[in-house]
Amino acid sequence: MDLSKLKPGKIARIVGLEGGHGFKRNLRIKGIKEGKNIKIIARQPVGGPLVVEVEGMQTVIGRGMARKIFVEEL
Amino acid sequence: MSLKHKNEKKGLKKILLMGNPNVGKSVIFSRLTGANVICSNYPGTTVDFTKGIMRIKGERANVIDVPGTCSLEPVNKAEEVAVKMLKEGDIIINVVDATNFERNLYLTIELLEQNIRVIVALNMWDDVKHKGINIDVKELEKMLNVPIIPTVAVTGEGIKTLVSRLDEAKSPDVKPKSEEEKWIEIGEIVKKVQTVKHRHHTFSERISDATVKPVTGIPIAIIVLFLVFQFIITIGNFVIEEILDPFFCNYYGPWITGIVSSFAPSGTLHDILVGQFVEGELDFAQSFGLLTTGLYVPFVMVLPFVTLFYLMLGLLEDVGYLPRIAVLVDTIFHRLGLHGSAIVSVMLGLGCNVPGALSTRILETRKQRFISATLLAICVPCMAQTAMIFGILGRYGAGYIMIVFSTLILLYLLLGFIMKKLIKGESPELFMEIPPYRKPSLTALMKKTWMRVRSFLVEAVPFVILGVFIVNILYISGAIDILGNIFAPVLVGWLGLPKEAAGALIVGFLRKDVAVGMLLPLGLSPMQLVVASTMLAIYFPCIATFVVLIRELGVKDMIKSCIIMLSVALIVGGALRLILLGV
Repeated sequence: MDLSKLKPGKIARIVGLEGGHGFKRNLRIKGIKEGKNIKIIARQPVGGPLVVEVEGMQTVIGRGMARKIFVEEL
Repeated sequence: MSLKHKNEKKGLKKILLMGNPNVGKSVIFSRLTGANVICSNYPGTTVDFTKGIMRIKGERANVIDVPGTCSLEPVNKAEEVAVKMLKEGDIIINVVDATNFERNLYLTIELLEQNIRVIVALNMWDDVKHKGINIDVKELEKMLNVPIIPTVAVTGEGIKTLVSRLDEAKSPDVKPKSEEEKWIEIGEIVKKVQTVKHRHHTFSERISDATVKPVTGIPIAIIVLFLVFQFIITIGNFVIEEILDPFFCNYYGPWITGIVSSFAPSGTLHDILVGQFVEGELDFAQSFGLLTTGLYVPFVMVLPFVTLFYLMLGLLEDVGYLPRIAVLVDTIFHRLGLHGSAIVSVMLGLGCNVPGALSTRILETRKQRFISATLLAICVPCMAQTAMIFGILGRYGAGYIMIVFSTLILLYLLLGFIMKKLIKGESPELFMEIPPYRKPSLTALMKKTWMRVRSFLVEAVPFVILGVFIVNILYISGAIDILGNIFAPVLVGWLGLPKEAAGALIVGFLRKDVAVGMLLPLGLSPMQLVVASTMLAIYFPCIATFVVLIRELGVKDMIKSCIIMLSVALIVGGALRLILLGV
């Protein structure tokens, strides 16, 4: 499933990123990388962004971008 | 040429501070050069480079604080500045956030391929222990083949070692690798040198979570902003009413009138220096003399609010609250073709529009920068202007002030919504790291507030006095009547204001605070004051902001932006006249 469907508080592993070269690099250099565990801290209403946590660092990411991140719930 | 004032000296070594956003480059810069730069706890504080001089073993060198970037392929204007600077450097101090070691390594690996000498400052070394992270520095040094120095920039720990080992910076002979290969290398390095112990959420992380969850975060944001606002208003008014105003009225006023009267008891010189008496008495807000109103406006009416505002802004910045506000407002800002980061430009702009305009550089696309800069110029009054609006409208009741600011907020939303539809281009989503909350250092906060207040005193106050002088010239020369007649169709016919308000429009180009102050002697009704002060906020930016906007947007986009400003001013002014004045 994609990251936007993960429930707040649940932890999942990132298994794939979809999109162009630059997009993927942009995610990876901010720590959102295949093999890492990711947790949803907060979800803003009406299609707003998600606050996620990877390795203790929190990042805010738009819902559209989150749909291109594939995860497996742990 | 005095060396003291020449920030860059040719022939000296150039040392660049480079690293990801919000890793503490500016703090290290201050430590190395002794120069003061604005440091805050959010990514994108530094949007332009700053130069300074340091001494290494008796030799002088240029040090350059470069905006943060996560890779050498820039995603916004601030990062473009960073990548362009790279070519000029002799030595790179790559500042790495030790608590986010892995993602920071990507830029390090890229820098090592650049055929330039690199030394790594492994910063925030104190946080590493709290976070249960262990990094084997010796092993890392061996693997990267450049010197690695653990540092704690905020306390100065490790900075001496960094300086003493600068000479050891080197360019390891590495083959350029593909992106995939870089990630593999990073994986290997991390596996070998870093161990992370599992630990539970700390108290500050729990607070952090609560401030970004919508259910708790939005009420918290409203309370925080309300308290900040109350603090500024209450303390500001107290200082003005109990200390500064009595001092000016009881001591300074009689003293300066006495001195001026001794050599110019009446006539033009007296009027320029002391101003016109109102009902036979000196009125600091209305007399418009250089030595009376010219000093009363900046030092009594504006300075207390500017100081308190910067103190509060600095506190929010250093704690790390701004990125949380960005998260909460992102959904709304998306409707305006922006994203949450644009709140930074609003917050800085409420102090002074110039840094507000510069901070639009952290936005990714031309469309976003155009919208946020135009909205800033139209709807965000600087603190000097706000203080004056409070000063002239406060006496009639808070309701009138509310009308001005509600109009500006509504306009921000409406105009953003329209521009989003009309302007071509992309509006990418928000994607930003949220730094952990940090306990602000009182000395750093005081220093930062002082830097900003000093820049108000040095850069703004002379122009306030110049503005008051121009007001005198306008009236003495009779130019005010000519201008009044030229602008009469707009002012009288369209806005329902007296034609003398033309003076305020002219002086508003120079200083908005003086312009708002000029409304007072015109004897306007409260509602007319509301219309006029809203107009002064909207119609055009002050000259300082104007110059910066031309540079940031380019001439073509700036012309477009100005057309929007002027048409919006006319439309809103006409509407306000109909609604508020009912004529």
